Amino acid sequence: MEVPILKQGAVLIATFQAALSDADLNQLRMGLVQQVVKFRSRAVIVDVTAMDVMDSFASRTLREIAHMIRLRGAETVIVGIQPEVAFAMVQLGLTLEGVATALDLEEGLAYLNEKFKTTN
Amino acid sequence: MAAGEIRVAINSDQDIVSARQKGRLMASEIGFSSGDATLIATAISELARNIVSYARTGQITIKAVNGLNRQGIAVIATDDGPGIPDIRQALRDGFSTSGSLGLGLPGVRRLMDEFELTSQPGRGTTVAVKKWRQ
Repeated sequence: MEVPILKQGAVLIATFQAALSDADLNQLRMGLVQQVVKFRSRAVIVDVTAMDVMDSFASRTLREIAHMIRLRGAETVIVGIQPEVAFAMVQLGLTLEGVATALDLEEGLAYLNEKFKTTN
Repeated sequence: MAAGEIRVAINSDQDIVSARQKGRLMASEIGFSSGDATLIATAISELARNIVSYARTGQITIKAVNGLNRQGIAVIATDDGPGIPDIRQALRDGFSTSGSLGLGLPGVRRLMDEFELTSQPGRGTTVAVKKWRQ
């Protein structure tokens, strides 16, 4: 299943679907980093609103995506983790330490705007 | 509702997704809240992932169970893989031999109400978990 990546100015927005396999996640990781390079993007928003389950592999992949993108000098924000998914992640012992998160796409964009303003 | 029993063969990462979707569906049929169904689906995802990572192939059985005045769901993950030499170590947070996060089994134990692990080195592993409806 392809993950659509939308380009909006200096920001890339990747919207996760509900049923992503490990192979899909690996493909997305490479795709996102390549597109950040191609478009000289300053930030990536990963929207996980539709994700029904965030297991150890998915959260590790998200952390890796964020770290790779940081090495490119860009910023990653994970948005839309559902309350039930957050609860399951905490029970499972999964964290997204060092990765910015926001309530939804709107908040994520606001966070990035604020951040770009202060660094400019 | 007679939700019956579902068996999902686990042979690849795609089967992990399929197992957890079927598990969520059955959890909803049994009457679990959507929050509990998420916990159950997450546990199934981790159990199926362990099969793919450590044994390559195996099976997940999901079934409705009845207790005294309560209903629940049972998930049984079986494989004929290498087995777990040190069960106590495998149940400790942070332990892993496949380069994964190593939070799988202790995490699954926290997500569910009952947890039973049997493993014989060289013969395979069975993890049986249950969750009861509140």
